[in-house]
Amino acid sequence: MSQTITEKILAFHAGLDKVEPGQLIEADVDIALANDVTAPIAIAEFEKLGVEKVFDDERVLLIPDHFTPNKDIKSAEQAKILREFAKKQGLKNYFEIGRVGIEHVLLPEQGLVLPGDLIIGADSHTCTYGALGAFATGVGSTDLAAAMATGKVWLRVPESIKIVYHGKLAPWVEGKDLILHTIGILKVDGALYQALEMTGETIDTLPMYGRMSMANMAIEAGAKNGIIAPDEITLDYVRPRARRDYTLFASDPDAVYCRTIEIDVSTIRPQVAYPPRPDKSRSVDQAAADKIEIDQVVIGSCTNGRIEDFRLAASLLKGRKAAPYMRLLIIPGTQDVYRQMIKEGLTEIFLDAEALISPPTCGPCLGGHMGVLAAGERAVATTNRNFVGRMGHPESEVYLSNPAVAAASAILGRIATPEEVV
Amino acid sequence: MNIIQGKVWKFGDDVDTDAIIPARYLNTSDPLELAKHCMEDADIEFAGKVKVGDIIVAGKNFGCGSSREHAPIAIKAAGVACIIAPTFARIFYRNAFNTGLMILESAEASLAIEAGHEVVINPAAGTIKDLTIGKQFTARPIPEFMQKLLDDGGLIEHWRNRLSIEIFT
Repeated sequence: MSQTITEKILAFHAGLDKVEPGQLIEADVDIALANDVTAPIAIAEFEKLGVEKVFDDERVLLIPDHFTPNKDIKSAEQAKILREFAKKQGLKNYFEIGRVGIEHVLLPEQGLVLPGDLIIGADSHTCTYGALGAFATGVGSTDLAAAMATGKVWLRVPESIKIVYHGKLAPWVEGKDLILHTIGILKVDGALYQALEMTGETIDTLPMYGRMSMANMAIEAGAKNGIIAPDEITLDYVRPRARRDYTLFASDPDAVYCRTIEIDVSTIRPQVAYPPRPDKSRSVDQAAADKIEIDQVVIGSCTNGRIEDFRLAASLLKGRKAAPYMRLLIIPGTQDVYRQMIKEGLTEIFLDAEALISPPTCGPCLGGHMGVLAAGERAVATTNRNFVGRMGHPESEVYLSNPAVAAASAILGRIATPEEVV
Repeated sequence: MNIIQGKVWKFGDDVDTDAIIPARYLNTSDPLELAKHCMEDADIEFAGKVKVGDIIVAGKNFGCGSSREHAPIAIKAAGVACIIAPTFARIFYRNAFNTGLMILESAEASLAIEAGHEVVINPAAGTIKDLTIGKQFTARPIPEFMQKLLDDGGLIEHWRNRLSIEIFT
């Protein structure tokens, strides 16, 4: 019986030969993670279970990245709950300030999530790790608490949607644009409860950072997980990082999909998703023609906070400056990304461009801190959501784009194409 | 499960978790604090006016976006007895069961029931009756496994029972 990669990973972790869409399984979890927003509730629920220890002190990960560095007393108290639990449980993978980064940039970088893993995270963008050929999905705090204690999670096996990308990417087009375009086709609930498997010749040559941007936003189409089969590009990324064994899975050629969508990427331009939903994607040319003036640009996040994203932004910002009254925020995803930015001279370029460089944090992406918007303000952000009030006041607006469009827009003070500045 | 009767608050499609409980309030997980800001970015007056036992009727894909369990916690703590929608986003769906917030799926009820209507719900039978227009609807049955979780008193109780049995056998 032929199966998809998602079905194979789920069957493997449930100790079954095969599974079918709709089947309920209880599966073993390789990694369970939470952040400073979701872990306090998970820890409280964990304590109700009457279990002394977490199922594995190397596989329960706590990453305080949302409101850190602590933005106020309340968030400091939330972060303290994580710290004390980590100490008490002897967690090997708790990340204190100075080591912490944005969870979905940090964990792949540190080799903590690997191909073939089953990963659940109390954060919806946990689906990012599908880029490595893992099954990774977001859950709430209570589901996470049960997994922290037992190492198990119940899951309904999803149907799979196959998206096949053909053709060569045009200049300035990134993985981010492919996923924004795809969400524009599927809409915000087009993959509800389903797996989004991304494949095709375009993906075969897409670098890991672009694959991570794509899997990261699978949730924005409602998907349970996004997934890309591991290949040589994956292995080149994983080999120097992995400190445990991993397994490579691939879909059978005759695996069954509920829907297949073929996309010719060669005509896709960089995309801009208009507020208030990530499925409102348009070509950057239309956005530029709409003459949308902006107040802030955010380059970073779990979608686009990797070194390659900053190299791309720097290639446009070099020798140029942010427009007058523009707040340009650069947020490296991790300390390693930050260090690499310094080594490569990118921080110099950003400082010359009069950008503010923030410590690694989710910060403004969710309107938490470090760049919240006032009423009537507009931002271009390389983040993943642009719902009402996402980055601050309910009457502020967020346009989503790739780092090149964001950098060009910061320079011109309005949504702009990269071609307008180079 | 008891019969529920309450006044309806109506919302549209794709109500996201940022609208249900904006992240600016996520520096706490206290249910009563969260309830004060429930649905704030969708309807600023909701939290001040909602009464215990009221019902939310919404469009498709309710609860899309983040995994924050604060969303169903805020709605439950605000006093809402049940949410009716054609579909729920998958993480919200699980979180609602895990936090004991009743949710029912019915496209017909979602379409027909308007704000301010008086509605009676029989959870055991899965029936939704709009007293204002005199129409009755049947919700999609709750999946057997989810029903078992509810019968056990939620996921944590389910595991408490299982773990205590495993320890003593």
